[in-house]
Amino acid sequence: MSELTGRTAEELGAAIAAGETSAVEVTRAHLDRIDAVDPAVHAFLHVAGESAVAQAAEVDRRIAAGEKLGPLAGVPIAVKDIIVTQDMPTTAGSKILENWLPPYDATLVRKLREAGLVVLGKTNMDEFAMGSSTEYSAYGPTCNPWDTGRIPGGSGGGSAAAVAAREAPLAIGTDTGGSIRQPGAVTGTVGAKPTYGGVSRYGLIAFSSSLDQAGPVTRTVTDAALLHEVIGGHDRCDSTSIDAPVPPVVEAARRGLTGDLTGVKVGVVREFAAAQGAEPGVVAAFEAGVQTLTKLGAEVVEVSCPHFEYALPAYYLIAPSECSSNLARFDGVRYGLRVGDDGSRALEEVMSLTRDRGFGPEVKRRIILGTYALSAGYYDAFYGQAQKVRTLVTRDFTAAFEQVDVLAAPTTPFVAFPFGSRTADPTQMYLADLYTIPSNLYGGPAISVPCGLSEGLPVGLQIMAPTMADDRMYRVAAALESTQSPRLADQTPEVTA
Amino acid sequence: MTTAVSDLSDVLSRYEVVMGLEVHVELGTRTKMFCSCPTTFGAEPNTQICPVCLGMPGALPVVNAVGVESAIKIGLALGCNIAQWCRFARKNYFYPDMPKNFQTSQYDEPICFDGSIDVEVDGKPVTIGIERAHMEEDTGKSLHVGGATGRIHGATHSLLDFNRAGIPLVEIVTKPIVGAGADAPAIARAYVAAIRDIVRALGVSDARMDQGSIRADVNVSLMPIGATEFGTRTETKNVNSLRSVERTVRFEMRRQAEVLDGGGVIHQETRHFNEATGETMGGRVKETATDYRYFPEPDLVPLAPERAWVDKLRAELPELPAAKRARLRSEWNLSELDMQAIDNAGAFDLIEATVSAGASPESARKWWLGELSRYANEHDAELAELTATPAHVAELQSLVDGGRLTDKLARTVLSGVLAGEGTPAEVMAARNLEVVNDTGALTAAVDEAIAANPDVAAKVRDGKVAAAGVLVGAVMKATRGQADAKSVRELIIARLGAQ
Repeated sequence: MSELTGRTAEELGAAIAAGETSAVEVTRAHLDRIDAVDPAVHAFLHVAGESAVAQAAEVDRRIAAGEKLGPLAGVPIAVKDIIVTQDMPTTAGSKILENWLPPYDATLVRKLREAGLVVLGKTNMDEFAMGSSTEYSAYGPTCNPWDTGRIPGGSGGGSAAAVAAREAPLAIGTDTGGSIRQPGAVTGTVGAKPTYGGVSRYGLIAFSSSLDQAGPVTRTVTDAALLHEVIGGHDRCDSTSIDAPVPPVVEAARRGLTGDLTGVKVGVVREFAAAQGAEPGVVAAFEAGVQTLTKLGAEVVEVSCPHFEYALPAYYLIAPSECSSNLARFDGVRYGLRVGDDGSRALEEVMSLTRDRGFGPEVKRRIILGTYALSAGYYDAFYGQAQKVRTLVTRDFTAAFEQVDVLAAPTTPFVAFPFGSRTADPTQMYLADLYTIPSNLYGGPAISVPCGLSEGLPVGLQIMAPTMADDRMYRVAAALESTQSPRLADQTPEVTA
Repeated sequence: MTTAVSDLSDVLSRYEVVMGLEVHVELGTRTKMFCSCPTTFGAEPNTQICPVCLGMPGALPVVNAVGVESAIKIGLALGCNIAQWCRFARKNYFYPDMPKNFQTSQYDEPICFDGSIDVEVDGKPVTIGIERAHMEEDTGKSLHVGGATGRIHGATHSLLDFNRAGIPLVEIVTKPIVGAGADAPAIARAYVAAIRDIVRALGVSDARMDQGSIRADVNVSLMPIGATEFGTRTETKNVNSLRSVERTVRFEMRRQAEVLDGGGVIHQETRHFNEATGETMGGRVKETATDYRYFPEPDLVPLAPERAWVDKLRAELPELPAAKRARLRSEWNLSELDMQAIDNAGAFDLIEATVSAGASPESARKWWLGELSRYANEHDAELAELTATPAHVAELQSLVDGGRLTDKLARTVLSGVLAGEGTPAEVMAARNLEVVNDTGALTAAVDEAIAANPDVAAKVRDGKVAAAGVLVGAVMKATRGQADAKSVRELIIARLGAQ
């Protein structure tokens, strides 16, 4: 492992800007690392070695020419394969988009390129971001660098594993019900979901439009904040994007690193503590994390969010409903896979054969669920009712944030589980996102920071904040991180192929 | 229209007709409803497309503010309430020319609702209730290749053109129109014409029915007289001319009566109107109402048109066709019968333009309802499509008024204009049709005619003035019709010393 792949994005950016190393060198080091460990990890679906080196060379040229670039210029990044990239295939982990080359770049990808970040490639994921283990990728699962017999979390397991295995210092994930935070927790990385609308969704292949949010996956909280500043902000191409400046997240993270949380009120959700199924080791690590916050000067109080227990079922009606409509465009007519077009079959048959062959079991399950929930006669009982629960969950958050500045919760109820242990029972799999889903329904920011180990595997602590108060969340997360030496993300065991 | 009454009187002795009309108006915005692609009609297939209107993975819609403004203007012109808050919804169904397999439309929260307009049929005003006017996007177009008819049956393959996908539409839906009786077909026609005229006056659409920028779905049902519940309706889709709207209603009334009389059942179905036969044909039978699984479009934020903006648009509404008609009716001072005839011929705007170009209302009416209507009928064309324009007609009339053309010559000139030979003055010059005014030349022709017809001349000299017609004829022949017959007659009488 090159010394370069051990550094944080912030350190790499500074070294490149100072001329201590070059973007090309840094990029090559990470490409070498990918060559060495990805056969064992399988974090990437596509590695764009040549274009990454060319892009890095361009950054070096601009720095040599005296251009003033941002703090992450020349730093490599991996992008979840649900985000469209003009020069790389984008599959969303599905056979239905195998080898599909999008005609345009997502807004956030354009911003990455403009800021001089070097896109290394596309990371593996549960098909169309549906899953909590990356076992539903049509291209095979990603392995957890901490234990390659275990899952790396989902759906953004590829992005989290790439960062944990030091194949990339930064990655982009998307979080519909916890897919940035949950993989972050089980791989010992930092996963941040900005406020809904804080990062443009333009170019994000939609799973559930009202819940989807892209965000950073990194090894440190400061890195997450730096990346957040690059990709955040209003986009005219996304009418749900917030028309306001990005909160001062980097400044907040730096303030948090001083380790002082005096005057900050942290709420712990009573209903989460009482929830069934959390592993004792996870609970212990979480409680230790809360103790640490207290030591840093934070006041910790218990708050009640009585409707959080209904968030999971409401989510599993809203998300499938929206996905059943969002995924209707994959029909074999205009792009991607097409099955049965030999002229002997009717159009409807071609569409259904294509969708049957192209979609995996979890995607089909959710499309059917959503189609049913939206259909005439059931709309009010299912989709309509779920929207009411969403309103109640939002009220719980609002009421809680009248009492406290942020909420703390475990990120996941359990550590990374072995492959295959939950695929047979979808509802067991759905429980992985129990603690992350409420903030998606609400739309506020949430971050997972490593807070210890259980059975030798990482545990994440989640900080949730009011909408648009992303800076507050970064401050508390960075304070917690500042107490860890070495950081959990620096302790990833060496992966061997 | 009188034939319609006699055709339908039998049907109407047993059934009451109920109609519902859904008119799709394609807005004339520069760009599409949810992206910035141009909307030019007739462009090369698939040259006006982008990731958004193609529904490419990851692409998101953004609402066209001009589209919303146009929808509000239409709503205001139809006397509708404008929603304080409304949303787009997704209408989900699979169709190859629909890029996302859902149409972004409005469902239970339309931007305009509860309005009404008055239309006139044979001078009688009829009020049509408007249920709603909502915004939606158009789909792409399938082109079926390889078959004889251009229809899907028999085609070897289909091509898709997405230029039209995402073009903004406003769909205007009437409340059920009950009690129209024998006037139903004419009311349907008058209503669609009224919508066409309104959107044209608002400047929100070019309102070309022949190019599909206005399309009507015609719902018709019959119920036995005395019944309290509406009968099962059929929906004839995409009827694209006023005449076809009228024929569709008439045909469906007769067809449905025949089915019901025979003890049959009307199926709720989609039908298509066949221009060639004047008949509607059944499409797919809707066993149950199609489940479109509507839900609020999560990719778009709700719309909340500011009241101040709506009030401003209301204040800026142009004079609407109905008001304008009322005003011109008194200004033009034509008879009620003439005004009706103008309406029926769809010549209102043409006559108005002709009057603006300087002609008198009476002469404008005479040309458009006379010579030009006759020509249009013979050539199966709309008045507005003729080569002759209001400016031409005004110019022609001014040549007549100035004595340079006789009525007869003017008609010949007009046929030249219609044949594309140029403006009236150009045709007159090129064909040498101007009235002969040179008295010397006329006197010579008169003298010649007198010399050639001494017997007739003698009779006239004896006071039998009526006999002068023969001499007039001879002079007109000699001048190839370019003399004014009245002056020729006067000249002959003067030459022969009759009183």
